[in-house]
Amino acid sequence: MKFLCIDCDEVMDYVERRLPGDGTMAVVYACPACGRETAMLANPMETRLVSGLGIEVGGRSVPPEPLELVRSAIEGADERTPLEGTDGAAPESLRPGQVRWSGDARDRLLAVPSFVRGMVKRIYGEYAAERGIEEITPEIMDRARTELGLEGM
Amino acid sequence: MSEAGETPRRIRTYHEVADANAESVVEQVVDQRRRLRERLGRVGRIVAIGSGKGGVGKSAVCANLAAALAATGRAVGAVDADLDGPSLARMLGVDGGLVRRADAIEPAIGAAGVRVVSMDLLVAEDAPVRWRGPEEHGFVWQSVMETSALREFLSDVAWGDLDVLLLDLPPGTEKLARLIDLIGAPHAVLLVTTPSEAARHVVAKSARLLKDRGVDRVGLVANMTSWSCPQCGLVEPLFPDDGARRLARDSGLELWAEVPFDSRIAADTDDGLPLVLSAPERPAARALSALAERLVAP
Repeated sequence: MKFLCIDCDEVMDYVERRLPGDGTMAVVYACPACGRETAMLANPMETRLVSGLGIEVGGRSVPPEPLELVRSAIEGADERTPLEGTDGAAPESLRPGQVRWSGDARDRLLAVPSFVRGMVKRIYGEYAAERGIEEITPEIMDRARTELGLEGM
Repeated sequence: MSEAGETPRRIRTYHEVADANAESVVEQVVDQRRRLRERLGRVGRIVAIGSGKGGVGKSAVCANLAAALAATGRAVGAVDADLDGPSLARMLGVDGGLVRRADAIEPAIGAAGVRVVSMDLLVAEDAPVRWRGPEEHGFVWQSVMETSALREFLSDVAWGDLDVLLLDLPPGTEKLARLIDLIGAPHAVLLVTTPSEAARHVVAKSARLLKDRGVDRVGLVANMTSWSCPQCGLVEPLFPDDGARRLARDSGLELWAEVPFDSRIAADTDDGLPLVLSAPERPAARALSALAERLVAP
């Protein structure tokens, strides 16, 4: 899909994607020549159709996770799969400056639909990093939601 | 719209502008295909097991073929692509569940070491599969979801090196078409059916589709063709007029196996022990083991 600024005959650039939490999606594009912006508004059915392809409009914010669509799109499918480290194997080592996610927090994150999970993960990660928090727990997520006004995420 | 007499303004088409900047959606789809290709590149043979109708014993055939192949030392994977009616994990006696690693899911291990992925292992037992999304338009997006789910089962699971990967497809001709769209023509397709008159038309449709899509190796598996009396050993056909062979002739398919009815198939397989392991001497088990060997024959 492309958006064309007819006056300028220029392909508009992707600016941002917004997911207000009601199942819909807004994607903003801007003309690189005149700066005019336009928003594509997708209804819940269209939004689900896009997410069903396992893609993110505007590009992926985080690398795909295994079975992310199945686990996020089917109720209960994220409840029975142990996460890495919980089967006795060592968890992945963290890169310097990287925030660690507790198992409970990861479980909660996996309940977030895949097409918005990357953005949610980044918001919590930035919240923790800015405050020197090494591990994100459900309690940290609750605190971030309150402080950042992210109810519903 | 332009005024009368004016030249309509020209608006460039998608193809004229598609290379103007990077198409991130296309890149993501290409990346999905790459991961799928890499994963399946380590699989010797992919065999799809389908049926036009439900309730013909397709999953039991799949479970027994997987166990028969694994019992001979081959590395075997089995994908339960029936998202709504998963049964393969139970039939293969899977103990334990899936384990998530950093970049892949470890398959569960079933009878004879078969590596298994099934929706059964992801949702709670007896819980129906409920897709999150706007229910009133489910018909629009659910088929896309189902195909994507199968893609993830294939590409996001650490199958490792496999001699054979068996795909237990849900009933329906269109499921075969979606699979071919996703991975191309498998090495072989088995169409499982009972030799009834009602099944004939459905099998013929699937056969036609597979021929049109360039699938060369298609075998008909006639299940529950006959019944053997456990007391006297008398074998009686369950369908009149040599139905299995007539079905093969009418559908233009080669009959690869006739599997007699055996009550132990259901009982043992439901207990997680495929008949080929629990009673390999029985006629049904021998038919299934012979079919398994045919799948890996040069």
